[in-house]
Amino acid sequence: MKLVFKIVLLSLLALQARAELVIEITQGNQRAIPMAVVPFKWKGLEALPENVAQIVANDLGRSGYFNSLSKTEMLSLPNTEEEVFYRDWELLRQDYLVIGEIESDARGGFIINFKLIDVNTRTVLMNQKLTGGASALRDIAHFMSDRIFAALTGVPGAFSTKLVYVTTNRDRTQFNLSYADADGAREQNIFTSKQPIISPAWSNDGKKIAYASFENGRSEIFIQEIASGKREKIASFKGSNSAPAFSPDGTKMAMVLSRNGNPDVYVMDLATRKLDRITTHYGIDTEPQWMPDGKSLIFTSSRIGKPQIYQVSLIHRKPKRITFEGDYNARARITPDGRKMVMVHRNGGDFHIATQNMKTGILQILTTDTQLDESPSVAPNGSMVVYAASMGDRSILAAVSLDGEVKFRLPSKYGDVREPAWSPLLK
Amino acid sequence: MQKRALVKVLGLTFGAALMTACASNSDIAEGEELQPLDAAVEETAAEVETQGIEAQAVAGEQVDAAANEAQAALMKATVFYFDFDNITIKADSKNALIAHSQYLAANSSARVVLEGHADERGTVEYNLALGERRGLSVSRFLQANGAAASQIETVSFGEERPALMGHNDDSWSQNRRVEIKYQSR
Repeated sequence: MKLVFKIVLLSLLALQARAELVIEITQGNQRAIPMAVVPFKWKGLEALPENVAQIVANDLGRSGYFNSLSKTEMLSLPNTEEEVFYRDWELLRQDYLVIGEIESDARGGFIINFKLIDVNTRTVLMNQKLTGGASALRDIAHFMSDRIFAALTGVPGAFSTKLVYVTTNRDRTQFNLSYADADGAREQNIFTSKQPIISPAWSNDGKKIAYASFENGRSEIFIQEIASGKREKIASFKGSNSAPAFSPDGTKMAMVLSRNGNPDVYVMDLATRKLDRITTHYGIDTEPQWMPDGKSLIFTSSRIGKPQIYQVSLIHRKPKRITFEGDYNARARITPDGRKMVMVHRNGGDFHIATQNMKTGILQILTTDTQLDESPSVAPNGSMVVYAASMGDRSILAAVSLDGEVKFRLPSKYGDVREPAWSPLLK
Repeated sequence: MQKRALVKVLGLTFGAALMTACASNSDIAEGEELQPLDAAVEETAAEVETQGIEAQAVAGEQVDAAANEAQAALMKATVFYFDFDNITIKADSKNALIAHSQYLAANSSARVVLEGHADERGTVEYNLALGERRGLSVSRFLQANGAAASQIETVSFGEERPALMGHNDDSWSQNRRVEIKYQSR
């Protein structure tokens, strides 16, 4: 049984008035562990720019692993271990409790002391002090979520990660490459154009974004440094240049070029710019992705007439078909552990996001309540997939957990949001 | 087959024009015969004959005009549609594409860009490739019918530049297309 509830996180909305995306959780996980993040005590005078406990509660709640107790349901609001009445939390059937205090440091930054408490054993599992600059409260909050998530699940948290995606107005006369926190907050445009922008892809160090831009009348591949905004044109051969994918070691880039007429997969050595043509079929070969070991690529090919996923070893160069269910399988992405593939899947009906086990080949459809699902991108901890979908007459971002249990949406306040790419874990 | 069909159409138009020309000639010849044989009449006859030659010349122009008109009418079609996930040129696109080919063949300085597009269904990159292949499909057809490769450039916009913004079959069928855009005539 899935617990379906719709919550527009109004508090979050209030906090991120400037952000374009607002999270709506559309499906939660009933097996989620109940936990309470108690509002932190602030020892300063002026109001804090961010509600740290609320950000942490939202992060953990959205992960699907936890069910965050709302503040209005709390019977007491402890900030120190001494103030915790365990019976309150037992009565509320909470398994874990997060409490903390915030104070400012001499340089105008913040110090947060927090404790993670196991209600059942009445023990402190984590007692940490986090510090950050004046503008870093939100970063500290996400970092705290990462720590708590890792401690309780054994999986690194991905709350401090970023998303890039493309936003457009309704008339498609303005295209923005946008950069935001994984929860949609703090959005900034890092590149804007009157022509389409597609296929943003992260470098594995999280410092660069590659994408295809039509600014010169056709698709060309650019690499942009996030910090400096510096751009470099990487591929502008005759025809289309698109679908960039950095190799795991960052030295190469897989891409699709139609310089010889038909779209084929190439690998470019980024230092020498030398091209290595990987596919030679007369059908469509596109959407290359590196396997985590960097020794083979998976890609979409229409060589049997309909798009299916193939894998090609960079040594043997013989593409092998790996999807067999459905009449449309495309844009595959690999989970960080290399065990599952996430892709756009159709079997006669609608386009949905599906996973396929790389070993057993077992396919699972993850999305059912969104239309025209495309552009899946996996969180660097393998917990969630963000994708683009159609809602009403708009294109929005949505996310689903790898087990299909948890779903949320990030609708934009205006225009269309497309082509999300989830960053690697950032140091 | 399609090419032959068009040649036939043009041939018939040409033939009809010639027949018209002949008919006017014979009309004139008949009129000529009916004229009394005096100087004035001769003058008239000469005038008539002159007119007749002029008429023939005009008729000759009509032949070209008719062929040009037929070509121009076919060339008004500059957008060609495709089925979902398909790059096959539809039968009803072929006469117009042959007219474009012949125009390009006859006008070596003419240049076209073929813009390939896809509908929004499926993935962005697959659709970019699909648009590319639709453009290439039209490019090959134009070349097979007389256009030179150097006159044609293809560019794909995938699903990024829909003709209609709707999320339904009507919009999708209009969005799966190749547009011929003349850069020079």
